[in-house]
Amino acid sequence: MKFGNYMILEFPSKSSNEAFARSAVACFAAQLDPTLEELGDIRTAVSEAVTNCIVHAYPEQLGIITLRCRILKDNVLDIVVKDKGVGISDVEQARRPAYTTGGTDRSGMGFTIMESFMTDLDISSKPGKGTTVHMRRKLQRRQ
Amino acid sequence: MHFTSFLDDGCLTVALTGEIDHHCAKAYIQTIAAKIEAYTPEVCVLDFREVSFVDSSGIAVVINALRNMTQIEGKLLLTGISPQPMRVFRASGIDKLVEIKEAVS
Repeated sequence: MKFGNYMILEFPSKSSNEAFARSAVACFAAQLDPTLEELGDIRTAVSEAVTNCIVHAYPEQLGIITLRCRILKDNVLDIVVKDKGVGISDVEQARRPAYTTGGTDRSGMGFTIMESFMTDLDISSKPGKGTTVHMRRKLQRRQ
Repeated sequence: MHFTSFLDDGCLTVALTGEIDHHCAKAYIQTIAAKIEAYTPEVCVLDFREVSFVDSSGIAVVINALRNMTQIEGKLLLTGISPQPMRVFRASGIDKLVEIKEAVS
């Protein structure tokens, strides 16, 4: 996979970058000829991961978000969203549906949606160091 | 963000537009709440026909509108939902809390 296609983006945790991030990943994923539904799922999952960085990782100040996409064999899109923010002390709790430390304008469904829209989801986090969300989505090959 | 609304015989229809994410969700929540408070409708219809994208922030928009309508003992309806927002609403179970009519395929 040394020369597999990939892209890396780095941007500050401004909420105006949510739309940019999901659109950029959708453009990159287009070369895999995804269906509209697959593309919608990918955009949604990226939007959730990036929003988490903006809302939770860097609550008081702007920080840097790194987004990496790779194309793996068998039509798999691999996405990593990384921050160096406050981290999550209890990942299991954070993954629970409707759990949120945000206010009433947050639904607590971010991780639930990432889980249901992606084939795999891994979250690693260290309080004070940051969080890495690693997602994969296998795309159907169209005949 | 720009959307129109109209009141007809106790029914408030709010036509949402564009992409609903965290960046704009708060404005949607506040604007819908202000309209419901101003008109105290019996029924509030959120029209998603012109909404091309929703993430979990959109769920919070619907839940807040539901809360506003429940407080005044009114009813909330969602209409014109295209496939991507529908998948998000289904994944979150919100389709079981709120009546949805005329989903767009």
